[in-house]
Amino acid sequence: MALRGDWVYENNGGTCVAIAGSDYCVVAADTRLSVGYSIYTRDYSKICKLADKCVLASSGFQGDMKALQKNLSAKHLVSHVHLHIYQHQHNKQMSCPAMARLLSNTLYYKRFFPYYTFNILGGLDNEGKGCVYSYDAVGSYERVGYSCQGTGGALIMPVLDNQLKSPSPLLLPSRDAVTPLSESEAVDLVKDVFASATERDIYTGDKLEIIVVNATGIRQEFLDLRKD
Amino acid sequence: MAKALADAPPKGGFSFDLCRRNDMLVKKGIQLPGFRKTGTTIVGLIFEDGVILGADTRATEGPIVADKNCEKIHYMAPNIYCCGAGTAADTEAVTDMVSSQLQLHRYATGRESRVITALTLLKSHLFSYQGYVSAALVLGGVDVTGPHLHTVYPHGSTDTLPFATMGSGSLAAMSVFESKYKEGLSREEGIQLVSEAICSGIFNDLGSGSNVDVCVITKGKTDYLRNHQLPNPRTYISSRGYSFAKGHTEVLSTKIIPLKAKAEVAVVDAMEE
Repeated sequence: MALRGDWVYENNGGTCVAIAGSDYCVVAADTRLSVGYSIYTRDYSKICKLADKCVLASSGFQGDMKALQKNLSAKHLVSHVHLHIYQHQHNKQMSCPAMARLLSNTLYYKRFFPYYTFNILGGLDNEGKGCVYSYDAVGSYERVGYSCQGTGGALIMPVLDNQLKSPSPLLLPSRDAVTPLSESEAVDLVKDVFASATERDIYTGDKLEIIVVNATGIRQEFLDLRKD
Repeated sequence: MAKALADAPPKGGFSFDLCRRNDMLVKKGIQLPGFRKTGTTIVGLIFEDGVILGADTRATEGPIVADKNCEKIHYMAPNIYCCGAGTAADTEAVTDMVSSQLQLHRYATGRESRVITALTLLKSHLFSYQGYVSAALVLGGVDVTGPHLHTVYPHGSTDTLPFATMGSGSLAAMSVFESKYKEGLSREEGIQLVSEAICSGIFNDLGSGSNVDVCVITKGKTDYLRNHQLPNPRTYISSRGYSFAKGHTEVLSTKIIPLKAKAEVAVVDAMEE
């Protein structure tokens, strides 16, 4: 079902991870941007702050990442854009669950010429609990306790499964998906899985950007990764 | 006589019957197994006393690092070494094969191997396989006629050069050589320049990475400096570590098979001298 004759996408690599805790959310991504065997830049942020308690991490095609972030920003919020429609109409910042649905709709709107991006949305929900939403490129999404996407995703996911053990979503009554780890333990785990993924995935490396969202606000942290 | 020769089946070389069969199978949609192709940076240069070879130590399988510390500088003879890029199995096989031919040649002649001999054996093998043996090599050594450095391409063509680079990181490494190489470098300057060229490949080419291997060949002496530099240590180690409680994986059944008793060796009287 190739509607377009040419392959108009590129994969610029990179890895994203998010972990939700009882009162925090950690979102992290490396800052390498590459194609083939070349590095375009060692310092490209894949994480975008969408609202006070909501951040988006994307990997995939950089052109689409940028377009998607711009689209979401324009649709509702972010103080430096004068088109903050949602904020203007509702006199409040969009919540993370609402943003999650908006992102899904935005992706599905381009179902047959998709944004070639793999996203994770992280933040705090209406009760102040950590939340992570994981997506495919055309808008299928799910709320989970933790997730990872991108070129190093397959290397990291089994480690997170082992350490964080999400309860089955089929269990009744439904269990909380948030992880039992403390905030500092979660940050430590994120740093370690990225250092490990960098050892084995050629598209992950250079630097790790970590965003921690909690009741006090948003905190940013960096860690150097291997540069080879 | 000439007619008989023309009718005789060709000796050696490569049968392309299977290539055509494989092409046909691929067209029918059958996936052929992939090979471990090493994205690589390998280099070599001639300095005042001989030849210095260098290589990175990353082996890749697609986007995954298969080996973080592999050896890409292969032994050919005590006075000749060869860096390999391309399909790992091919570089290994072709250098081993030629190395053993050189050893036999030394036994037969009682003389030290020459670099030109290794070069000829390599290129004639590669040429007869028309590029299907994908080995790109940097061959260096010092023999009775002096220091020599060559590059060998998978199709069998060769170059003779004062400095050379090969592999996916060859452009990054060559940019260092082109800006800094000069004739009559000292041993230390040579090692430094080779390391710098390899590091350029390690950091700027995603197919290359990890450590720097160097091999210095001078008249009568070879120094193989394995892991001469380690510029990429792990950047973070978890303070908590990981512990798994005993019984984490449930044992469902146990069966113990004892090893067979050793066969007894009968003691026989020693043979008469």
